[in-house]
Amino acid sequence: MIDAARSLKQASRWKPWEPVLWLLAFAAPVLLPTHAALINEIAIVGLFAVSLDLVLGYSGIVSLGHAAFFGLGAYTAALFAKHVMPDPLVGLAVAIVASLVLGLVASLTIQRGSDLTRLMVTLGVALILLELANKLDWLTGGADGLQGVVMGPVLGTFEFDLSGRTAAYYSLAVLLLFFIFARRFVHSPFGATLKAIRDNRLRAMAIGIPVTSRLTVVYTIAAGLAGAAGALLAQTTGFASLDVFEFHRSADVMLILVVGGTGWLYGGVAGAIVFKLMQDALSSITPQYWTFWLGLFLVVLVLVGRERLFKPWTWFGKGRS
Amino acid sequence: MLTILFDGIAYGMLLFILAVGLAVTMGLMNFINLAHGAFAMVGGYTTVLLMQKAGVPFLACLPIAFLVSALLGAVLERTLYRPLYRKPHLDQVLFSIGLTFMAVAAVDYFVGSTQQIVQLPEWLKGRTEIGSGAWTLGMGHYRLFIIGVCAALTLALQYILASTRFGSRLRASVDDQRVAAGLGINVNIVFLSTFAFGSGLAGLGGALGAEVLGLDPTFPLKFMIYFLIVVAVGGTSSITGPLLAALLLGVADVAGKYYIPKMGAFIVYSLMIVILIWRPQGLYVRQGGKS
Repeated sequence: MIDAARSLKQASRWKPWEPVLWLLAFAAPVLLPTHAALINEIAIVGLFAVSLDLVLGYSGIVSLGHAAFFGLGAYTAALFAKHVMPDPLVGLAVAIVASLVLGLVASLTIQRGSDLTRLMVTLGVALILLELANKLDWLTGGADGLQGVVMGPVLGTFEFDLSGRTAAYYSLAVLLLFFIFARRFVHSPFGATLKAIRDNRLRAMAIGIPVTSRLTVVYTIAAGLAGAAGALLAQTTGFASLDVFEFHRSADVMLILVVGGTGWLYGGVAGAIVFKLMQDALSSITPQYWTFWLGLFLVVLVLVGRERLFKPWTWFGKGRS
Repeated sequence: MLTILFDGIAYGMLLFILAVGLAVTMGLMNFINLAHGAFAMVGGYTTVLLMQKAGVPFLACLPIAFLVSALLGAVLERTLYRPLYRKPHLDQVLFSIGLTFMAVAAVDYFVGSTQQIVQLPEWLKGRTEIGSGAWTLGMGHYRLFIIGVCAALTLALQYILASTRFGSRLRASVDDQRVAAGLGINVNIVFLSTFAFGSGLAGLGGALGAEVLGLDPTFPLKFMIYFLIVVAVGGTSSITGPLLAALLLGVADVAGKYYIPKMGAFIVYSLMIVILIWRPQGLYVRQGGKS
């Protein structure tokens, strides 16, 4: 009995390599000061991917509209900083609350239907928000984006500088915080019921798991995390544009998650690192056509199979497409 | 007002031709193919390039566009799509998004990112007006042509599906693949030809729609959502469902953009979400078949 309890707990224990990884992540802005902006982006996209992982990897809801929450968080944070108060942490909290509310409302739409229905509905929500941001130009600046956002210093002491080091540390800290939260969340009994729902919804229902309310909660929480990621982007770049709602954001984050592995929280982070480095490298070679290589990568990834590639970065080293 | 209705119907018919291939393949193989728009784009670009570079007349371009897209569809089905039929939906979505990205970037590279213009022949350029006042019906000749072609195609499709031997094989395969295969129907061939035909129709739709919808390399991404709406709302059981959905979408889109331009796209997306919450499987649900 005690053995069983121990083996069950094994999965949620902190592995020895995990603190090392995070220490490395926090050392990165110092070690690579010229790439602080890239590290910042990786942290943001990583948080976004972790958020999608809660929905896709742990609950099995295929979503092509996760950018809705990301974008809402970005715009909320930017507008809040511009019109109310420039403090980043308060702005982050406000953005998260706004995304949580939207997530709660949107969770009504993902309860029923097949994968196709869910794809369409999530995509539709993101597109409606894109249209809103485009048409409410007195508020959001329309297609020009929301400019003139000036952020205050983090915790009143750390100014955002041009080199992006503050931004990188800020994003990494928020990522770590929410990562630990997500880790606790998926290893809790609640997380176990989510996996049961993902694996067999009918059986989960039969053993008394309230499927609807569980999905509502996880979708809402994931929306909050995505909103936090969006807020980080808007705050560290001082800018929010329609781009945050675009379809390619949702598609990219899905790709990131699949590259890194679904149903594994580090998958989002690992995928974010691979994806951002790849994007950085490819777009410096062919700025206009890098989506071609991205597409080719996707096709090969699916055709060969992620499992057979085993670990994408080892395969990646051998020969890039 | 009638003009708007007319334009909406023309637009809807066009969407139907573009999306019907997707509806059939999705119903048949349960494959979420987001790359369907790429085939339409191929058709559109075939027409534009043939007309500009080789001076082929517009009407001759249409069947060529159909054939080129169908051939491409057949080749891709055999080589890339077939291994994915049994994979989870997530893989299919990623795969077809990847194909779409590749198609967009490739067209951008070879043809350029500018909007392409189709030179219509003279006899399709005019416009006829009937009636007066609020009930004026202005019919662009080209839109009339689109409606004619699409209606003929729809009837032909309905005939093929309902009355021919191939149609009954196709319906049998849709309902239950294994039993159909057990009865001696070569399901692979049915799949291949249906996929090719659907792609060809998309190519034809792309060629017809190049003038109305606009043609540039982002075409597959821009209209992907519309095709998917048609299929998701219409259901995949028959061609009546997608037809109805396409007409509804066409009229709602044109009317929305005309009357409340600020809210244009909301109407379409909100309508879709409401319909899908109300009937998650689409307006027409397949009866009896294996899901």
